[in-house]
Parts: sequence; C-alpha cells; structure tokens
Amino acid sequence: MILQRSSPPWLETPFEVFDKGVFTPNDQHYVSWHWANFPGDIDVDSFRLTVRGQVNQTLSLSLKDILQGLPRFDIAAVNQCAGNSRIYAVPRVAGAQWADGSMSNALWTGVRLKDVLDRAGVKPGAIQVRFGGLDEPVMQGAPKFLKSLAIDHARDGEVMIVFGMNGEQLPLLNGFPLRLVVPGWCGVYWVKMLNDIEVLDQPDTNYWTSTGYRVPDTPHNTVKPGETGFKMVPVTRNAPRSFITNIRNGDSVPAGTPALARGIAFGGDCGVARVDLSIDGGKNWQPTQLGADQGTYGFRQWQAQFTLPSRGTRTLMVRCTNTKNEAQPDFGIWNPAGYLFNTIETTHVVAA
Amino acid sequence: MLRAVMPMVAVLSLVLLPHPGRAATITTLKSLKLDVPTSDAMFPAGPGSDAINNDCLACHSADHVLNQPSLSREAWQEVVNKMIPAYKAPVSPDDAKAIVDYLARTKGAS
Repeated sequence: MILQRSSPPWLETPFEVFDKGVFTPNDQHYVSWHWANFPGDIDVDSFRLTVRGQVNQTLSLSLKDILQGLPRFDIAAVNQCAGNSRIYAVPRVAGAQWADGSMSNALWTGVRLKDVLDRAGVKPGAIQVRFGGLDEPVMQGAPKFLKSLAIDHARDGEVMIVFGMNGEQLPLLNGFPLRLVVPGWCGVYWVKMLNDIEVLDQPDTNYWTSTGYRVPDTPHNTVKPGETGFKMVPVTRNAPRSFITNIRNGDSVPAGTPALARGIAFGGDCGVARVDLSIDGGKNWQPTQLGADQGTYGFRQWQAQFTLPSRGTRTLMVRCTNTKNEAQPDFGIWNPAGYLFNTIETTHVVAA
Repeated sequence: MLRAVMPMVAVLSLVLLPHPGRAATITTLKSLKLDVPTSDAMFPAGPGSDAINNDCLACHSADHVLNQPSLSREAWQEVVNKMIPAYKAPVSPDDAKAIVDYLARTKGAS
C-alpha cells in the first residue's frame, strides 16, 4: 500500500493491483479514516448495532442477529473516495494527495439496510437515515463523523450493511465488523464500524452531511480556479471512469505490430455500456471488448488490440460511457476540494 | 521509467483472467485486534515548528501535511482557518499566524 498518512490512516491501493483482476484483494483495498480515535480491538460478542429514532421499535442487534436472523445479499461495488485522483488537480488543491488508488472493488456480503429498517418499523414522517460508527473525534466539540441518506435511498434494497468482503470478514481498517455499502455512491457514505442507525424526521444538520464534502452545482462539478458565485451541493454518486492498466506513461510499445491494451472501467452509479480506446490523442476512437459483467457497480475489464502505425510519441486515451449514456469528459475537472475527477485518462507512450 | 510492452503474440494467453470475488458462506465473525497506526514524527525544526507540533499532531500525523502540495499563503491560511472552527483545532490566533508562516515558508507557492 502507498502510505499517504499514518494517522488517521490513509492507505492507497498501488495502481498495478488494478491490472490483476476486477476484485481488489482485501489487504490492498484502500483505507481512509477521518478521526484517529477508533478502536483497534473489537469483541464480536459484545458489539451491538442500534437502530433508533423514528421507528416503532428501537433495535439493538448482535452480530449473531445480523448473520443469522436476516436474509443474505451479495453485491459487487466499487468503493471510491470522492477525492480519488486529487493529485492531478491543476492547480493543485489541499487534501489527501491520492493518485488513482483511492478506489477498490469487492464482492460485499451482508444484509439489506431495508430489511433492518423494516424490522424496526420506520414511522411515517421519516425523511433521512443517519449512520455513525465507532470512530470518535479527537478534540472535544469536534463533529463526530456521520453521514445520512434520504429515506427512499436507504430503503432501495441495494444499500447494505455488510460483514463480508470477498468472502472474508472485513479487515479492521476497512470497518470491521459492519460497514454500510452504498452502491454507486462515494466512499464517504460507506460508514465503517457501523454501530448506530438513526431514522430522522428533520434534515440532518451535522457538519459532515450539511457542510463537508461539497462540490459546485455545475455540469461535471467543474469550475475555473478563482471563479465564485456558484452553489455548492453534496458529493453523492460516482461518475464513469476507465483506466489502461497494462501500459503506463513512458512505456515503449512496438510500432507496426499488434499490441494489447487492457484495463478496468466502472459506470459510476450504473453499469458500463462501452469503453473506447484512442491511439491518436482522442481524434479517433475504436471500441474495446468488455470482460464478464461481475456486477453493475463493480469494475469491468476491457481489452483491445491496437497497432501504432509508426515510430514516435503517441497518446493513448480510454473513455467509458455508462448505461445512462454519460461519457467521461475530455476536459479537465477542477473544483476547490478536488472531488469527483473523471476526465478521460491519457497515457503517453513511445512507439519503437 | 521505460518499460517494454509485450507484443500481442506474447500476451494472447493472458486474455482477461478472471479474479472472481468469492461469496463464501460466512457463519461467524472472529474478534479482531490491531495496533492502529500511529506516528511520532515531528515537523522539521524551524520558526513556527513548536506551534505546528503542539497544535496539529493531536488529530493527524505530520505526514498529512508534509505530503501536501506546495500551496499559496492564502491557501494555507484557508486550511488553518478550516481546522479551527470545523475540527476544533486548539490554535490560538498567535499560533495560527506562526503555523501559516511555517507552512508558507516550507510548503509555499506563489
């Protein structure tokens, strides 16, 4: 892992991991915490998940209740930090200086949030559901890390409470024993060490929901540096992205000989419709062959054969179009906090 | 770095190796214990290093700051301004000035 910060931990997935398959191994899944104060020692017998607020019956669920008392559900989904690729912001901005490795894909196993909420019985008038974990602020009076979802989103049957990640229990740094998974949405919503679910009948006013994680309400959430006068809205869904994983900047590719480009893509909050490759800096595009669909919200592999016609420097580009017909933009994405970057990726190679 | 990409003939056998996630049946969870990462690294000594060491390291390790890009004084001022009201960093006005000066001097950009 790439150490971005020791405490609270920011650990980045090395890019070469993405060439090995669509599921990120658990010990290489990126890690990001907001507060340093979280337990390193979790006892599975005493752990409880509370469901409270605007419900008919407050619940205090043991891990046994969750593992054995509710229907199981699996979903493949990319967990991507809203600030993934922030290091490429021009001009640079403050924040975790992630390259492309604050994203990871896993097959998540757990229970539907809807089933848990139904067991508690959501009262009429509920509008949001707020999630908290075992992490606590370091300084007194600082805002506990909490995130909320609209009640209909929380009950859509896809938002999950997971205890399994690629067939194993969650690593502690990825949120053991329970984590919220919000398929298609940024990782900030995927609350780790989830132990508190509160159904609200008023809008959540906590800092992390009402103030933090904001982007301009403009197309592609992009603005010019220094620009003002735009409205800020919360980060929510992921946007489509794609990467070449077997060829890196500066690589040498044989000229006049067929070569293989291979990589991964994801649609964001929906599936991948197509991935196109350009070998001439975006003038012309050729379709690529998609690998097996292993889940709407997960990574999808793609590959294409290409031939660089002659020697010299060449620019490869790869572009994902999702099933909502949204394609990656060919212009730079910039906003003050460096969120939701999804510009078409460019790889400079030498045809030799 | 200059790496040679293998010609097509050499990679034909590698076509899209699946690496499927496994949905093995998890029946119980085992308690976990981990030494949560910490760091006792301090900021490089210089004018203002006492202030930044005393006021910032309770919440995050020094590498958080040292891995940031070079930023303008105004951008560093904004960072410090955010830490105090939003995250309750215990920074006095005098220390805030010393910290911004330290950052502008060591991680500054015009």
